[in-house]
Amino acid sequence: MLNASLKELSSALARKKISSAELTRLFLDRISKLNGALNAFITIEEEKSLAQARAADQRIAKGGAQPLAGIPVAHKDIFVTKGWLTTCGSKMLSNFVGPYDAHVIGRFNDAGAVILGKTNMDEFAMGSSSETSFYGPVKNPWDEECVPGGSSGGSAAAIAARMAPAATGTDTGGSIRQPAALSGLSGLKPTYGLVSRYGMVAFASSLDQGGPMAKSAEDLAILLNCMAGFDARDSTSIERAAEDYTRDLDQPLAGLRIGVPKEHFGAGLSSDVGKAVEAALAQFEKLGAKRVSINLPNSALSVPAYYVIAPAEASSNLSRFDGVRYGHRAKEYRDLADMYRKTRAEGFGAEVKRRILIGTYVLSHGYYDAYYLKAQKIRRLIADDFLAAFRQCDVIAGPTSPTVAFKIGAKTADPVQMYLNDIYTIPANLAGLPGMSIPCGFGTGNLPVGLHLVGNYFSEAKMLNVAHQYQRATDWHRRVPAGIES
Amino acid sequence: MPLSLEQVRRIAELARIGISDAEARAVQAQLNNIFELIGQMQKVDTDGIEPMSHAQGLTLRLREDEVKETDQRELYQSVAPTGTVEAGLYLVPKVIE
Repeated sequence: MLNASLKELSSALARKKISSAELTRLFLDRISKLNGALNAFITIEEEKSLAQARAADQRIAKGGAQPLAGIPVAHKDIFVTKGWLTTCGSKMLSNFVGPYDAHVIGRFNDAGAVILGKTNMDEFAMGSSSETSFYGPVKNPWDEECVPGGSSGGSAAAIAARMAPAATGTDTGGSIRQPAALSGLSGLKPTYGLVSRYGMVAFASSLDQGGPMAKSAEDLAILLNCMAGFDARDSTSIERAAEDYTRDLDQPLAGLRIGVPKEHFGAGLSSDVGKAVEAALAQFEKLGAKRVSINLPNSALSVPAYYVIAPAEASSNLSRFDGVRYGHRAKEYRDLADMYRKTRAEGFGAEVKRRILIGTYVLSHGYYDAYYLKAQKIRRLIADDFLAAFRQCDVIAGPTSPTVAFKIGAKTADPVQMYLNDIYTIPANLAGLPGMSIPCGFGTGNLPVGLHLVGNYFSEAKMLNVAHQYQRATDWHRRVPAGIES
Repeated sequence: MPLSLEQVRRIAELARIGISDAEARAVQAQLNNIFELIGQMQKVDTDGIEPMSHAQGLTLRLREDEVKETDQRELYQSVAPTGTVEAGLYLVPKVIE
């Protein structure tokens, strides 16, 4: 059961081989056993989960239940969840119990899925290692001395250690795809606007996008069917007809044009990762795909442009944390301004403060044109590069991250080194394109390597097809960390 | 041009984040490294490029002006910081003498 696909779990539940209550208990027991060492979850509420599971069992007994009915799913602690502590990995929200459900949580509840727990993450999703959490760093199940990636590192570690069959994440610059790569999982960041941001604690609103994390592309498709869809409560939610993302999974890849960007294989890419990605490209050729060399000439500018746009939007979004209506408030203060200063000094961690300071500066009087406007122009150049590339190819492939998982603490002293982890994933966020990572081998230290796929707008079904066909021909996605017996 | 310590303090004040002198000095070096990275943008000629604020080029939707939300004051005030709500109002330090 611990290694079963969502389809297998759904079928076992439908055929009464196991009840949702038993399945939920099984994963809760795994969590009790392993979470102490891995720190993947911030909040577990066994009774709440089991009550949902019993309700799901009743729905299943009536017949005709949806595919996710009775299946436990872990949620990144960025999604506001009614009656559950929702911390966003921050001291600022360490006392915040959700008064309503995020759209994504509501969709899973409506489908009869069980909330298994809330997963650890970089504070306010700002990080690439899940080390900036107020609740302490998450450990990588493949090597507990290493990070699982971030910011959705708790969700990644939970699935990798088989503490959850599937999880949600969010991705502003790579926060689903990079932890998926570093933890040996499949993760999808949909086209911007496909999954509602309602109830997702805002980091950088023009980039933030929720998405699924799981063991396989097939599981991702099932999860995306639940998560995607128009929501009037998100002003940038896109109105379009619902799709079945599983519909093209079994299509052959013959004739598929895979674009390989030269810029993503240059200096900075570690050779073990490069080797695994090359082998994956060769595998795609065996499956009938054609390799096309493409250029994304402005790719290197994505990190500088991102570190203007994301902090600028963050400094504005995080101004709501003032200690007045919810969250942390300092104990002693002289006046209102002092209350703000102390509340924010105490409630935010170092990385969040750095980004608020960057954002405040680039938006301050006299600097707007040189920074924010300039970054938005570069954003256009990056999006145009992709548009040109998609005239030559159907999907773009390369490495998700320049290296395999690094040691905890190795990059915390140098923010710029940490930021460069996301050099291959950030361009898709800036352009608003869908991106995903799937396991494609192992590198130094026997740690997982991720293959990064970027597709054109709304081509998720095609990308999932490409990933699924690769996973039918390979077994990297079935590997389980040593010592995680299951 | 690197940020001075005075500028760092000024930015922190604009952001309403209390900062000690030791913190200001530590963050000054980090911010200057980050701005060196950001400075790579200036190498590119972007004259005549239309800024992209958003991925989908959406315009804001309009809706009918009708009541949809019900009053949830008590629910929302139940998550206020302990001891800061009185008679349905949020308490803050006096701002008007």
